[in-house]
Amino acid sequence: MNQLAPLAVAVPLLGAALLVLGHSLVPRIAAELLALGLAAASTVMTTLLLIHVGHGLTIYWFGGWHPREGVAIGIDFAVSAIGAGLAAFVSSLMVLALVFSIRYLDVRHPYYQVMMLTFMAGMVGFCLSGDLFNMFVMFELMSVAAVALVGYKISEGAALEGGLNFAVINTIGAFLFLLGIALIYAHTGALNLGQMGASLRRSGDDRVVVVAFTLIVGALLIKAAVVPFHFWLADAYAVALTPVCLLLAGAMSELGIYGVGQVWFTAFQGALGSHLHVVRAILVGAGLLTALWGGAMALTEDHLKRLLAFVTISFVGVFLIGVGLLSEDGVAGTAVYVLADGFAKALLFACVGILQHRLGKVGQHRLHGRGRSMVATGVLFTAGGLLIATVPPFGPFLGKAMIDDAAIKAGYGFVPPLVALASGLCGAAVLAAGARVFCGWGDPGRDAPDLADEDTEPETREGQTRTPATMFGPALVLLAGAVACGVWSGLPGLAASAAHRFTDFPGYHAAVFGTARHLGSVKSSSPQWFDYLYGAAATALAIVLAGLELWGERGVPGWKRASAAVAAAMGPIRSLHSGRVGDYTAALALGIGVLGVLLAATLV
Amino acid sequence: MSVYPYIVAAWLLGAGLYGVMSSRNYVHLIICLTVMQASTYVLLLSVGYVSHGKAPIFADIPTNSTVVDPVVQALTLTDVVVEATVVALLLALVVQANKRFNTVDPDAMTRMRE
Repeated sequence: MNQLAPLAVAVPLLGAALLVLGHSLVPRIAAELLALGLAAASTVMTTLLLIHVGHGLTIYWFGGWHPREGVAIGIDFAVSAIGAGLAAFVSSLMVLALVFSIRYLDVRHPYYQVMMLTFMAGMVGFCLSGDLFNMFVMFELMSVAAVALVGYKISEGAALEGGLNFAVINTIGAFLFLLGIALIYAHTGALNLGQMGASLRRSGDDRVVVVAFTLIVGALLIKAAVVPFHFWLADAYAVALTPVCLLLAGAMSELGIYGVGQVWFTAFQGALGSHLHVVRAILVGAGLLTALWGGAMALTEDHLKRLLAFVTISFVGVFLIGVGLLSEDGVAGTAVYVLADGFAKALLFACVGILQHRLGKVGQHRLHGRGRSMVATGVLFTAGGLLIATVPPFGPFLGKAMIDDAAIKAGYGFVPPLVALASGLCGAAVLAAGARVFCGWGDPGRDAPDLADEDTEPETREGQTRTPATMFGPALVLLAGAVACGVWSGLPGLAASAAHRFTDFPGYHAAVFGTARHLGSVKSSSPQWFDYLYGAAATALAIVLAGLELWGERGVPGWKRASAAVAAAMGPIRSLHSGRVGDYTAALALGIGVLGVLLAATLV
Repeated sequence: MSVYPYIVAAWLLGAGLYGVMSSRNYVHLIICLTVMQASTYVLLLSVGYVSHGKAPIFADIPTNSTVVDPVVQALTLTDVVVEATVVALLLALVVQANKRFNTVDPDAMTRMRE
């Protein structure tokens, strides 16, 4: 079974290479089916791997170079239940995205499929890797493929700009990652996470360790798009092909957060564990800022894909809070939340894709009332909005409740209301947009000039009169997934045991370097009464805010002045999202500097 | 171990970063990225350097002789390959931008979209 781990990466990569070589020989439909088959094969392999891993850890040493006397000679894949689960989630989203693209894209060349497969291979490899440098390589592999996919419509200026911003910022992130790897390698003599962790445990904290941690975590936060590293994300997601957005929003941002957890619990916990409270405060603070920033920006956006991009940013903030609590419960909650919320966000992007397919536009004021005939899509979109507003008892609610409980246990009682506020803002943005487009509610007159629409060529031939099953089907599956995460009562238990394994370094080290396995008992908590209260409050907030967005100017005295004041306050924040890569780089440098200075506090 | 390689690496990183921030030309900006990348080479190689160490090829030297660390050299090579891909992709996007906008100035591109 161990061989499944490398195969899950190698098979899609080989398939992609074959597609490039044989593209002139095979008809388009064969290329599509081959890509779909390979993605499905990866899904099956990672799912089998997940079942096989169970409560343990599956180790695969490339080329059979097993470690000797606690020293890793080769490179390993160390598959935990969290890693395998994330990999299975990524590949199943890829299957859905490829099904979605069949009727969506009209491409003669299978480059699209080739890049999608490469993208998936990079993401799966990142999830399975047990070696820091290997993580870097996979990180770059997925970035390159994602950049190519974002800039796919090369005839469009916005796509080029989004792709360039994405590539430049993420490449700087990659350099920081590599510099961090070089420093930590110099300090520990190890690239294997298990060996590195053992070495750091002996050496304790040190200036070099703190600098390396700043660089590596900074790089991962750039990938995850945490404020102030998030600017590239909105530009990129707004222009990426919509099926690609399913993957970007559903999985790629989350991988950065996964990486933070992985390097902390395996390697850096040993050295910086005595300063847990400082690291925790920094990560949770950044998470809160990101969650609220994303939610507030989502409410001001007209362009539907940009709106969803800010929703994605907001939720990345919540994931960062969950992992940043640096506790088993936090990781378990985040695992459930990533899964459920990934489905919900992918569902929303799929609905926008259907809108684009049918109406050829993505600006909500332009689309005002034009989706009236698309009842089913409207229902799906609204369901997605309610899901991300954490309506009990579905998947996103369950995940958020678990994170809230973990936050309260860690002494951060102020987290749950703020997270509920962020969920409410995101939900309101989506619900108001849905009501405008699908019901024609609210004021159509406020003609926000939709710049992006001028520039956005329809991704499919315009004027489609019906939604193909290959687009509606995946959306339904995504909805079912998000709902099932909350209804399936076994999930919290599985997440808790997976999180126990993920956070247990002695167990990890023993599994990598020997065969000993031990696992204490874990118990999962079910949502408390106040979790339902927060969930209901967030949903109510979303509905009320959406209503105010739509009718506030006419129905509520004083709302006009209040909303103008809010818009004026948001003005400077909005203008920060300038689209200029130089500004984004400056924000990045500032963010890394602040992170470094704050982490330096661990030394005193 | 000398401190100079670290100063050089930090200088290259800072200079490249400043270049990316202030650049008015995408080609120049991408070259600045490669300057930043050079700092990773310098740091990696200096981390693995051993004074008077030989090249780690044991075909023609005794197996007990002092050699420099081969791992960082492998990392550097991988880094070169990976980033060459990234730079090629970036330059391809810039070529397209030039075709479409007739400029390679990031600010001008942003203005033209507005």
